Amino acid sequence: MLSEFGYILLFIITAIVFTAVILFVAKLLRPNRPNVEKLTTYESGEEPDGNANVRFNIRFYVIALLFVLFDLELVFLFPWATVFGNETLNNSTDGLWGWFAIVEMFIFVGILILGLAYAWIKGHLDWVRPEVQEPQFKSPVPISKYEAINKKYS
Amino acid sequence: MQFWYFLTALTLISALMVVLSKNPIHSVLYLVFTFFCISGHYVLLNAQFLMAVNIIVYAGAIMVLFLFVIMMLDLRRNSPDSKTNLTKLAGAVVGGTVLVIFIAATRKINLGTGADNAFYNSQTGMVENLGQILYRNYLLPFELVSILFFVAMVGAVMLGKREAGERNF
Amino acid sequence: MFVALLICLSLVLANVVIGVYTERKVSAFMQDRLGPMVVGKYGSLQLIADLVKLLLKEDIVPKLADKWLFLAAPCMIFVAIFAGFAVIPLGPGEYLQGSQAQIGVFYLLAIVSIDIIGVLMAGWSSNNKYSLLGAMRSVAQIVSYEIPLGLSVLCVVMVSQTLNLQEISTQQGIFSGHDNYLFGLKSLGIDVTQVGGFLTWNIFRVPFFLGVFIIFFIASLAECNRAPFDLPEAESELVGGFHTEYSGMRWALIFLSEYGMMLLVSVLGVILFLGGWNSPFPNIGSVKLANWTSGEPGSWSGAIWGFVWLLAKAYMLIFVQMWVRWTFPRLRVDQLMYLTWKVLTPFSILAVFLSAIWRMLMI
Repeated sequence: MLSEFGYILLFIITAIVFTAVILFVAKLLRPNRPNVEKLTTYESGEEPDGNANVRFNIRFYVIALLFVLFDLELVFLFPWATVFGNETLNNSTDGLWGWFAIVEMFIFVGILILGLAYAWIKGHLDWVRPEVQEPQFKSPVPISKYEAINKKYS
Repeated sequence: MQFWYFLTALTLISALMVVLSKNPIHSVLYLVFTFFCISGHYVLLNAQFLMAVNIIVYAGAIMVLFLFVIMMLDLRRNSPDSKTNLTKLAGAVVGGTVLVIFIAATRKINLGTGADNAFYNSQTGMVENLGQILYRNYLLPFELVSILFFVAMVGAVMLGKREAGERNF
Repeated sequence: MFVALLICLSLVLANVVIGVYTERKVSAFMQDRLGPMVVGKYGSLQLIADLVKLLLKEDIVPKLADKWLFLAAPCMIFVAIFAGFAVIPLGPGEYLQGSQAQIGVFYLLAIVSIDIIGVLMAGWSSNNKYSLLGAMRSVAQIVSYEIPLGLSVLCVVMVSQTLNLQEISTQQGIFSGHDNYLFGLKSLGIDVTQVGGFLTWNIFRVPFFLGVFIIFFIASLAECNRAPFDLPEAESELVGGFHTEYSGMRWALIFLSEYGMMLLVSVLGVILFLGGWNSPFPNIGSVKLANWTSGEPGSWSGAIWGFVWLLAKAYMLIFVQMWVRWTFPRLRVDQLMYLTWKVLTPFSILAVFLSAIWRMLMI
């Protein structure tokens, strides 16, 4: 019989086989009549302007880095989460094991929170905000009302 | 055993493809596949937690970072000056030196005659055992890791320092 | 088990049929329209028509695209999400859980995170500005919301002390091997193990899990790229996001994985917070509602009751997801990042601290 991870592998293989089968069926059924217009990159009906080599803001990179760090934190928290409240261990130490492990973890997470707070203060958790355009038109509604709404939802 | 050979061959081939493929994005994807194969090896060793960590941290998180950086570097525009003879030579020297160091380091290792059954415990790699050892015996290194994370986070924040008035995607 | 594998595969396929039809009907109901009405009675055959259309559509690969990556990306997304179903217990007993690996929910978090690599592949290989922008936004969003998601899962793991989803489900009902007290507090001394029903669900065992569940639900909406977090595929600005260039069956695969992801996070939410496959009715004195609606453990009746309860709860959550979609407008990018880093993450860390203390009160 397969081991538990054998079944996981079986799930992955099934998914691959399934996609292969339905794509094969579709290949048998569908037409294939390419032309130049069809094969150009879609750009809202315009001729595509150059490659899609857009430079991205460094902010994406910072977010990804923060994610990696918090992900690692999670990786360290999971083994802790499965042992700190173990009933037999806690009963044999009169709860000392659990409370000790909790204090350990509070220190660990606390230091990480400091890091998050630092990034927060430095403004790295804010994305660019849209610039509110001043309306240039005449309206029976006084401009201060619009400003109040903009202020409320900005 | 047959499966082990198959998996190892797959790992080595995909690792080679990381080096050999011309497009850096393809390299990264081969690297993801290599990590999957390595996770398979962890499963064969019954190190279940390490297997999931390998996928979540390396294949999931760090590869996304790699892809972000590669996309940010704008590699579709081939820069011709990146493959001069000097860089090739420098690459060969660095790679060769590392190879020599590896050979020197592993030459004298005695692999022994296999695992000693008296000390073998198939449950060592389970999460619970890992947790109990980590939070009892290795307390100080564990707390130091969090300081390492803190430094890394501050570093990331410093790297991503914004210029005034910048508007970008 | 093989049974679970077949059920999962047919469930993912059936889910897209049921999901799309209900989504269209629910949105029509909420906007006071009729929805699909032409094909079949009440438009019930609309999905068959759509499927035939997708099968007959040409599979266009743009000339400037990176061909192999472009072709492989939808398969990668689907495989990542389908592999996540491997550890989900669809009912009591070992036959309805694909793999009983002890690593359980942690493996699930790991394998589902591979999905973002597929999204990046699709976006980058299309060589289209909309696709690339959509993929970058999508990935930034998914990775940001993975932190609160992981932390809220962690809260449940802390209280149940296991990573195996089957054990987490079993703990929340009358078949539990441990004693369950009201609100999890041993000092209250009210044993509800034999009462079961909703009183033993995690959301009642630990009262503040209601908040954790809301964090989980918001984060799972963002993970599925569903409204109000549908910035990556915002039709009005990015056309289709990362799948702008896809057509035909490959597009259908992306769609299939999107609905599969909806089902996966809903089922996960049900297992973690809402009692999994346990019956919601408690035993009241001699009126044994929980026993009557749970069947015999380890027999056919138990498996069927469990499966039905799990799916009923999961589809309730999917309905709420649709309801949210037609109620809230789309978030702005800065609001999105504000929500995850400055609201959800701090609160979920606080919840982790609280659940640590609560667990110590439970034993």
